[in-house]
Amino acid sequence: MIKTMLLGNQAIAYGALDAGVSVLAAYPGTPSTEIAETAAGFETMQTQWAANEIVAAEVAMGASVSGARAVCCMKHVGLNVASEVLFTGAYTGVNGAMVFVVADDPGMHSSQNEQDTRLIAAAAHVPVLEPADSQQAYDFMRLAVLMSEACDMPTIVRMTTRTSHARSVVMRGEAWPQEKRAYEKNVRKYVMAPANAAFRKTTLQDRLMAAAEFAAEHGLNTVHKGSGKIGIICAGIVSTYVKEAVPEADVLQLGLVNPLNEKEILAFAQSVETLYVAEELEPHLLNAVRSFGIVCEPIDTSYIGELSVRKIRQALGLSVPQALPAFTDLAPRPPMLCAGCPHRAVFYVLSKLKATVFGDIGCYTLGSMPPLSAMDTTLCMGASIGMAHGAELGMGRDFARKSVAVIGDSTFFHSGLSGLASAVYNQANTTVVIVDNGTTGMTGHQDNPATGKTLGGEEVTPIKIEEVCAALGARSVRVVDPLNIDEMETAIRQSWEEDGVSVVISRRPCVMIVKKREPAFKVDPDKCIACGRCIGLGCPALLRENNRKAMINSDACIGCGLCARVCPVNSIGGKNQ
Amino acid sequence: MNILIVGVGGQGTILTARVLGEYAQRMGLDVKVSEVHGMAQRGGCVVTHVRMEKTVLSPLIEEGTADVILAFEAMEAMRWLPRLKMGGLVIAAKDRIVPPSVTNGQAKYPENVAANLPENTIWVDAVELAKKAGSVRAANIVLLGVFTAAAGLDQEQMRQAIVQSVRPVFREMNDSAFTLGYGAVNA
Ligand SMILES: Cc1ncc(C[n+]2csc(CCOP(=O)(O)OP(=O)(O)O)c2C)c(N)n1
Repeated sequence: MIKTMLLGNQAIAYGALDAGVSVLAAYPGTPSTEIAETAAGFETMQTQWAANEIVAAEVAMGASVSGARAVCCMKHVGLNVASEVLFTGAYTGVNGAMVFVVADDPGMHSSQNEQDTRLIAAAAHVPVLEPADSQQAYDFMRLAVLMSEACDMPTIVRMTTRTSHARSVVMRGEAWPQEKRAYEKNVRKYVMAPANAAFRKTTLQDRLMAAAEFAAEHGLNTVHKGSGKIGIICAGIVSTYVKEAVPEADVLQLGLVNPLNEKEILAFAQSVETLYVAEELEPHLLNAVRSFGIVCEPIDTSYIGELSVRKIRQALGLSVPQALPAFTDLAPRPPMLCAGCPHRAVFYVLSKLKATVFGDIGCYTLGSMPPLSAMDTTLCMGASIGMAHGAELGMGRDFARKSVAVIGDSTFFHSGLSGLASAVYNQANTTVVIVDNGTTGMTGHQDNPATGKTLGGEEVTPIKIEEVCAALGARSVRVVDPLNIDEMETAIRQSWEEDGVSVVISRRPCVMIVKKREPAFKVDPDKCIACGRCIGLGCPALLRENNRKAMINSDACIGCGLCARVCPVNSIGGKNQ
Repeated sequence: MNILIVGVGGQGTILTARVLGEYAQRMGLDVKVSEVHGMAQRGGCVVTHVRMEKTVLSPLIEEGTADVILAFEAMEAMRWLPRLKMGGLVIAAKDRIVPPSVTNGQAKYPENVAANLPENTIWVDAVELAKKAGSVRAANIVLLGVFTAAAGLDQEQMRQAIVQSVRPVFREMNDSAFTLGYGAVNA
């Protein structure tokens, strides 16, 4: 037996490996990314970054239907993108196991919303397993594989930020062989034309309820006996808070959070005096328990953010540890673009042009932060192009002469392609700025179709963004080095003036993937007039002296020279000066 | 024991937590480490929770429950003070990392951080000592040395845990960083 300390996400990957999974496809997204990154090291598994989550789910579904065990991984909002596979995959069922691993982000540590995967799963009639720590992540991943095959259903393992990114000890079990079922053509099961789908739907509830029986057989739900006074129903990370907050409580920890087993819940409810439900986000368990006619109260009624030991004790009127007050006026320290980040130059130009910027999701979303403040919207991945197009429809051609869509390279392949095609088709006059830094930066530098490398590190032919845009009918495609700010400004102005969809590709690699750094730049204090233009770039390497003149922190500066280009009096010099 | 490691993205808090996780296992303790990945790493505040106990349930250190706050940046020690147990220990690097909100004049860096931290605080010239050991990047191991001495932990096991967790080429440098930190308390 191997005993190691693993992140919840690593435990999921090892669970998949030891469950005989042969195919794992994913699209990066915090807090789920490390699952695929860990699996990439397994020689016996086919792993990949798909272009987006629905492709990852389709790849996994194809493997499953063919007879292999397959997994796809994503963050919670990725399931919106992949939900078609989930909803109809519940009708078809599987051949080899098909498991979705979905990582929710209560508290929105790194997400654009706080949606609850359990509700989507309930709507799709798909079983959900929810582990509380790395050991359970490993165990439940293996059970999710077995359950999928036993119930002829895709299954979901729901992680949350705190289970994905906590490290604890895991005992791995014996690895199961990579079992493959024979492929058999079965049109009634796999071709979801209306008549077949209608037939498959009649089997859906039975297959779903079989998951509850499977859970009972395999002891997925556990009861921790207490004094019988207070009973708390909970699952996942919340069950660790509950057990720590109220050691004397009776606790029903659900390993299977959809569907619930009525008999089991009823028996637990009858064994305690007062029944509570503790859960983060939506009242999913609460409503399910109440639907059985059982009286219970929620621990948390805010339905926002994370629970904690403290919140649970407070809700039950128990004492909490004394704590020092917080300093309310401390300088905030939000995340920001790195020193030398190529995105900064683009936002400098857009801010100078007072452009309306329909943004997208990635590191470049940080261009919305002061002092650049050069982004007006960020909604969901790929929204920039459609929104810029829609704004022109709403406000007229002149509006398009002052607005741009800004989208990253990874985001472009994720969901920008269809937006671009649609804009061209509908004769939009949108200007699209693709900020190509050669990586999927925000999630920790993963490769994508334009980088020329796969998840496994294999060199492949990169797909050229400029060729794709031209092929999709863009009226013009200009490739610009963003540090040439004058050229960038001209490119955007020209794009605004011409009719049709114009693309400007801002191309310079992310400073975190370019290992080489140039010598730091220096400010000549005799020349500096303290105008603050360089400070307005928001570069973390730029500071102000007490006399308000600029100063460069040479440890942080990577020598991009953008500040020297914006200085009106040539007071900043670099290696060439 | 609850150890809250706080700092700014890119300072090596995660490696420090990993060393402590390794140490706890060597001491036969249950341990959970909770990390921050993703967005917060772009120069934002980062916090890593390390809990070692006979059995650990929640992976998080909440208000009023940290035995120790290990701060890699001075102001960050102040920010996380509400997590400290009453009478708990603060080990803080003197080094300042000024956020852009201060550079832009929208906010102020606190003038006297020391006056705002509890009496039970150990100040460390972390970057200075790390440079002596060979690289500013070893500041985290300097702080680990201070912590090991101040909390009376097993020095040999901690050194082994460091060896286990860092790349072989950095072993010697980290060992001397540890020694400098450890010595800074006894002196
Ligand atoms: C549907 C969805 N999937 C995944 C994510 C996580 N995510 C945030 S930004 C991003 C990609 C960023 O890469 P890129 O567009 O290349 O921009 P960069 O960060 O490199 O500037 C991803 C995958 C998300 N927010 N939404």
